[in-house]
Amino acid sequence: MEFCELTIAGAQKLLSEQQISSFELTTALLERIEKYDAKIGAFITINKDLALKQAKKADQDIADNNISALTGVPIALKDLFCTRGMKTTCGSKILDNFIPQYDGTVVSKLKDNGAVIIGKTNMDEFAMGSSTENSAYKITANPWNKEYVPGGSSGGSAAAVAAQFCCAALGTDTGGSIRQPASHCGVVGLKPTYGRVSRFGLVSYGSSLDQIGPITKDVRDAALLLNIISGNDKMDSTSARVDVPDFTRAFDQFEKGSLKGMTAGIPKEYMSVDGIDPDVEKVFKQAKKILEDLGVQIKEVSLPHTDYVVAAYYIIAPCEASSNLARFDGVRYGFRDQTSDDLMDMYKKTKSKGFGPEVQRRILIGTYALSAGYYDAYYGRASQVRTLIMEDFSNAFKTCDFILSPVAPAPAFKIGENIDDPLTMYLTDIFTLSANMAGVPGISVPAGYSSKGLPIGIQMMANRFDEMALLRAGYGFEKSIRLDKKFPDL
Amino acid sequence: MKISTDEVTKIAHLARLEIGASQKEKMAEQLSHILQYIDKLKDVDVEGVKLFSDAAFMNNVLREDELKVSPGPNVTLANAPQRDEDFYIVPRIVK
Repeated sequence: MEFCELTIAGAQKLLSEQQISSFELTTALLERIEKYDAKIGAFITINKDLALKQAKKADQDIADNNISALTGVPIALKDLFCTRGMKTTCGSKILDNFIPQYDGTVVSKLKDNGAVIIGKTNMDEFAMGSSTENSAYKITANPWNKEYVPGGSSGGSAAAVAAQFCCAALGTDTGGSIRQPASHCGVVGLKPTYGRVSRFGLVSYGSSLDQIGPITKDVRDAALLLNIISGNDKMDSTSARVDVPDFTRAFDQFEKGSLKGMTAGIPKEYMSVDGIDPDVEKVFKQAKKILEDLGVQIKEVSLPHTDYVVAAYYIIAPCEASSNLARFDGVRYGFRDQTSDDLMDMYKKTKSKGFGPEVQRRILIGTYALSAGYYDAYYGRASQVRTLIMEDFSNAFKTCDFILSPVAPAPAFKIGENIDDPLTMYLTDIFTLSANMAGVPGISVPAGYSSKGLPIGIQMMANRFDEMALLRAGYGFEKSIRLDKKFPDL
Repeated sequence: MKISTDEVTKIAHLARLEIGASQKEKMAEQLSHILQYIDKLKDVDVEGVKLFSDAAFMNNVLREDELKVSPGPNVTLANAPQRDEDFYIVPRIVK
């Protein structure tokens, strides 16, 4: 067993039995990053010195029999979680020099559980994008084929897990930013229910849509990480006051190798979406068959407002973004343009030089839609449509445990292919946006490859706070599918 | 909905952005393209439909008003682009 192959569960076992040390494991992964990340570009910041210190401390803790859930396990973080004393850029020039003075709640939870923070990963600027090409720092390549995008916006995190630079990573998902890159990189990505995980210390994009979740090598690790990051937090009033189950219990029910009793719904509207790639269709059909063989009853359901999801999302998310990103004004933190001697001029130059084109585009759409006279026609209407989308899901979950769908209409595209056509890029989010609009959880699990050898995942979405259903079905599916190759050669 | 370059200038000002003259045409075109797509929302019958609210899933969130130690100016102003002791410095406002 190579160090880089270790999952969280695998590393935990070897570490706690002291067969390996966290220092050895962390060193091996850092060497791997050094050797290959120039080609992949998964990381913005590699946390070498501190990671090795954390690893040494973990080894001491293990020797003292003071072992927590992640003691000594190297984890990567998308670069939009505030990490105390460690640069947090959000993939933007405007935060090029930003060093948070505190840890976000999920970061504290990882540290409290002994994790080694190996680095901060690349992303589309402020999580706006589906390809990680919108980063101000670098383009991340898909580890399976470096001419292709890894997906986005958590493309750095997904690429880091697929390239085996870390045991697991955290990402965020506002419209598919965990599930779509996970699908494109052949790893597992879980977007929890809105409110399941505290967003304190996460730089906000669309506050009613954003959710933090795990990107992992397998479904078990997704459950392990979800156990740690979930829960109400007094620092985030939108974090839900609901019980957090032990998510690994979802696997107990699969002991007998069956998912009997579960019902999967396939929305009829999804099957008539334009432009579904034949490879995606093939993988989806195979996945359906595998689930059927496991005893899942498959039925047709209806999400009547599917055709309006992209339009409603691309009003709501930019509106929230235009409001959230107003804070980057060059006064309190981040980049400031030093050439202006007038305050208004300073604001404008700071923002225009600090934000990239896609961020400026979304700020402009949001500002327009929220400006006097347009609110009812755009934000108001989109918000009403969102209510209808949510009701569609509530109705569908009356008759099924989870909804089965592709993650993206096509496998990863080539770097540069869609960069000048924002709307085409937006339309590829059709299957993932709904989960954020309805606040429900969704998971992407590797399900096959395209004819060009690029990974393709399938998506399952469940009712609010029923991540257990996703983990159970995802685990059963993962155990039953035969994939030629789990990880790419770098 | 079609957006003109003048409208781009107006919205950009509201957003405190400065779009260069050479970029305005392209931005107007891209925004128009996106907003034209969004116009399909007009086809949805939303008569009587409530605005979406996450708050619908929650009760009001209250907490005790407790005194706590502030992190202090050295922490809160640590990332200031320009400061003088406990103050942020900004370009002159009053001329």
